[in-house]
Amino acid sequence: MIVRVMGEGQFEVDDEVAKGLNELDEQAAEALEAGDAERLTELLRRMADAVRLNGARLPDEDLSPSEAIVPPDDLSLDEARELFEGEGLIPDLPSV
Amino acid sequence: MAGLMSRASMVVKAKFSKLLDRAEDPAETLDYSYEKQLELLQNVKRGIADVVTAKKRLELQEQQLQQSLVKLDSQAREALAAGREDLARQALERKSGLQQQLQSLDQQTQQLQQQQEKLVASEKALSAKVEAFRTQKETIKAQYSAAEAQVRIGEAATGIGEQMADTGLAIQRAKDKTEQMTARASAIDELTTSGALEDFTTDQTQLDRELSAIASKSQVDSELEQMKSELGKGDEKKELQP
Repeated sequence: MIVRVMGEGQFEVDDEVAKGLNELDEQAAEALEAGDAERLTELLRRMADAVRLNGARLPDEDLSPSEAIVPPDDLSLDEARELFEGEGLIPDLPSV
Repeated sequence: MAGLMSRASMVVKAKFSKLLDRAEDPAETLDYSYEKQLELLQNVKRGIADVVTAKKRLELQEQQLQQSLVKLDSQAREALAAGREDLARQALERKSGLQQQLQSLDQQTQQLQQQQEKLVASEKALSAKVEAFRTQKETIKAQYSAAEAQVRIGEAATGIGEQMADTGLAIQRAKDKTEQMTARASAIDELTTSGALEDFTTDQTQLDRELSAIASKSQVDSELEQMKSELGKGDEKKELQP
C-alpha cells in the first residue's frame, strides 16, 4: 500500500510493514494522549523509519493518493496537539 | 482512540476537500485546483526566501558575537597584564555568557537550515506533481465523457490535494520556527542596545575606559622614564666635563 510520510514523500510498502505501522501508531496515539513528548518522538521516528527503510519511494510526479499518512517524525507535542486538535496546524489552502 | 495516521489522513482530507467542493463541474474543479497549486508553489518559494533571510540574520549575529568574543579575550589579557585581575574577570565572565548565546544561535541556525531543506524538498515534490497534474488535467478534460474520467479526476485531485496539505504544513511549520528565531534575534539585539547585555565591544564601556586609562597611564609612565633617563644622561655628561 502507499504511505505518505509527511514532509518527506510517498512510499509503497507491503502488508507486513503496514501491520507493524499500525501497532506503532496505536502506541503513538497513547503517547500523545499521555503528553509523553519523548515517547511520541521516538514512535513517530520508528514509524517513518519503517516506511523509509522497507518501502520503495514513489517518484515525485506520481499522483496516487496515499492509503495512510504518517505525521512528520520531528513533530513536537505542541505541534501534534495543534495538528490533530483545535484549529489545526495545516493552514487553509490559498484562498481566491 | 483513533491512531495518529487516521487522524492525519482526516486532517489532510478535510483541507483539500474544501478546495474540491468549491467548483461545480469537473472541468472547473480541475482548473480551479490547478490555480491553487500554482499559488501554493509561489507560497512555498516565498517561505524558502523567508527562511533564508532569517538564517542570514542569525549568521550575522553569530559573526558579531564571534568578534565580541575575540575582543573580550584580548581585553582580559590586557587587563591581566596591567595587574587588573578584577577587570580581566569581568571580561571573561562576559565572554562566557556570550559563548552560551553563540551556542544557542548555532543550534537555531541549524534548525532553520533543516526547515529550508524540507521546504526545498517539498517544493520539488509539489512542482513535479503540479506538472503531472497539468498534463493529466488536459487528458481528462479531453476524455470527459468517459465514466472513467470522474474516477480519475477524483484520484488526481486527491493525490495532489494530499501533497498540497503536506506542503502547506511544511510552510506553516517553517514560518512558526522562523518567527520564533527572529523574535529571539530581535530580543538579543534589543538587550544589547538597551545595555542590559552590556556590550563590551563598543568604545563606551566601563571596561574599555578603564583599560584605556591604564594604557595611557602606562604610556605616560614610560615617556616620563624615557625623559628622566635622557635628562640623567645629560647630567652625567655635565659632570664629566667640569
